[in-house]
Parts: sequence; structure tokens; C-alpha cells
Amino acid sequence: MDNLVIAGKSYTSRLLVGTGKYKDFNETRTAVETSGAEIITVAIRRTNIGQTADQPNLLDVLSPSQYTLLPNTAGCYTVDDAVRTLRLARELLDGHSLVKLEVLGDPKTLFPNVVETLKAAEILIKESFEVMVYTSDDPILAKQLEEIGCVAIMPLASLIGSGMGILNPWNLQIIIDNAKVPVIVDAGVGTASDATIAMELGCDGVLMNTAIAAAKDPVLMASAMRKAVESGREAYLAGRMEKKLYSASPSSPVDGVIAQTLGDKKIGPKSA
Amino acid sequence: MIQLTINGQSQQFEAPINVTQLIDHLALHDKRFAIERNGEIVPRSQFSEQLLVHGDQLEVVVAVGGG
Repeated sequence: MDNLVIAGKSYTSRLLVGTGKYKDFNETRTAVETSGAEIITVAIRRTNIGQTADQPNLLDVLSPSQYTLLPNTAGCYTVDDAVRTLRLARELLDGHSLVKLEVLGDPKTLFPNVVETLKAAEILIKESFEVMVYTSDDPILAKQLEEIGCVAIMPLASLIGSGMGILNPWNLQIIIDNAKVPVIVDAGVGTASDATIAMELGCDGVLMNTAIAAAKDPVLMASAMRKAVESGREAYLAGRMEKKLYSASPSSPVDGVIAQTLGDKKIGPKSA
Repeated sequence: MIQLTINGQSQQFEAPINVTQLIDHLALHDKRFAIERNGEIVPRSQFSEQLLVHGDQLEVVVAVGGG
């Protein structure tokens, strides 16, 4: 089986999805189920004091027994906030240690602050977290994050929520070529072809949220993304043909084309 | 009278309470949540032991949809 292995655990799906921005929990659940994802991200937020009694809880809809939950540090701009958030997440999820670390640097672009990300990752790894790390598409930084012990490197394709697709496939290629842990494109995928291109490059997986949740029909897009990731993976494994601009080669036999002659009268191209 | 800051909001209590009593007060007992007190996680096993004191800063969090 061609499985995705992260921190020693094996997954059949290479599509990881977020659970934000859906219109209601029912849509969240249906989209997640349709995507086939086994790893799903969740955010950790303050509970509404005094308003919690009858509110449905995300974990009632997407059970930790059914999915590998990946708590994130979305919205954290400092090492301290990110580390505290994931300690809370581990307590919330009964000691679950697989986490998605992101330390943001700028509210307008949501670009990661890679210096703070490195520091936070070091602290979390010392505390036995298994860190899947959101980062820029800088190959040197990606390597450093791997060397300090991150279990997956998750470079952006383009800005979070932008849907701009893969802006720098060459950097991604270098990151993939250098990495010994899974490389998962996180952020920026807009439509199915973006996910396929990421997988064709050799990414081990793709993580997305807005591309599905902000589609006009999120459940249909979840289905498209599932196929896109599978297609891209198969194409990568199959090994694409070489690109040859000027050596066109027909797929059908060159000889025996009936239209070239009709009786003695040549009607095909003069040179043929 | 003690004052606690819970998720950034001030709340007053007649007498010191432990974390279990706070959970009851917040109607959270059947929810999945985690608590941090003054920057440190409060493990579930210590809910009944930890007595909250005036000025404590508490964060009570749940999992929500996110990417």
C-alpha cells in the first residue's frame, strides 16, 4: 500500500482538511467525510462563558475516535501563545501529541514568522509533541525544521485563504528533494488542479480548508479534491513522460494510413 | 470575596472554590475542554485539589472549526 506515514502512523488518505468556515456542523461533517481525509485540523479557542450549555461541540460531530485530530495554533503570533495553545490542546485531547504549529508574523498576509516558528518547534519537541510545522517555502528553513525534529514540513503554496495556487513550484521541488520527513503543502490551494500539481511535484500530502469550505458547493469540491490528490499521487508514482517541444511523435502507427493513396492518385500531403 | 479572570472576564465568587466547582459554575461538566491557570495546565486529575485564589487568571478552551 502507498500510505502516508507521519510520526510512525500510517494513513491511506493524503488529503488533510480543515474544519473552519463551513456554514454549519452538518456541512462540516459531510464535506470532511466526502474528502476521505483521516487527519483533520481543529482550532483551540476560549469557550463562551455562560453560553455553552446547549451549544453543539465540534468534537461531537467529528469524533477523535474516528479521525486523527490535528490541533493548530492559528491566530498565534508569539512563541508563548503557540506553545500554551498546544499544551491546552494536548490536555483537551487526552494526551494526543500530534499538532500543527504555525506562528504568524503579519495579520494582513498571515505569513509565518519563521524565526518564532523555529523557537516554538524546539520547545514543543522537547516536550514530546509531534510537530507538523507550517512554514514558508524556504528550503533552508524547511531543512532546519526537519533537523530539529519536526515530523512533517508544511510549506505554503501561497498565502492562507488566498486560493492563489502554487506560486513557487521550484522551491517546493527543492524542499521535497531534500526532505526525509513528509512534505505537505499547506495553504493557498484554490482548486483541484492546484492539489494535483502539488502531488505531481512529489508532495506527500496536501492540507486545505478554504478551497473546500469557500466553494459554492463545498461537498462537491471535497469530492473533487479527494480525486485530485489521488490523481496527482498516481501520476507522480507513474512517472510522467518527458517534455519534448520539437520532437512530436504520433501515438498511432505512421504506416498504413489509407487516406494517403486512392488508386493511383495521390491525395495525401505531397511530401508523404 | 475572591476575583478570578476567566477568559479575560472578571468574575467574583463569595468564597474560594476549587476547579471542579468552577466547572460546575460554568456548566461545563459534560463538555470537552481544557483549563490553564496562570499559564499552567490544570490536569483533570487535579480539578478537585486545586483551590483557586484571588487574582487567578484562567483560560478555558474548547476545540472549534479551524484550518
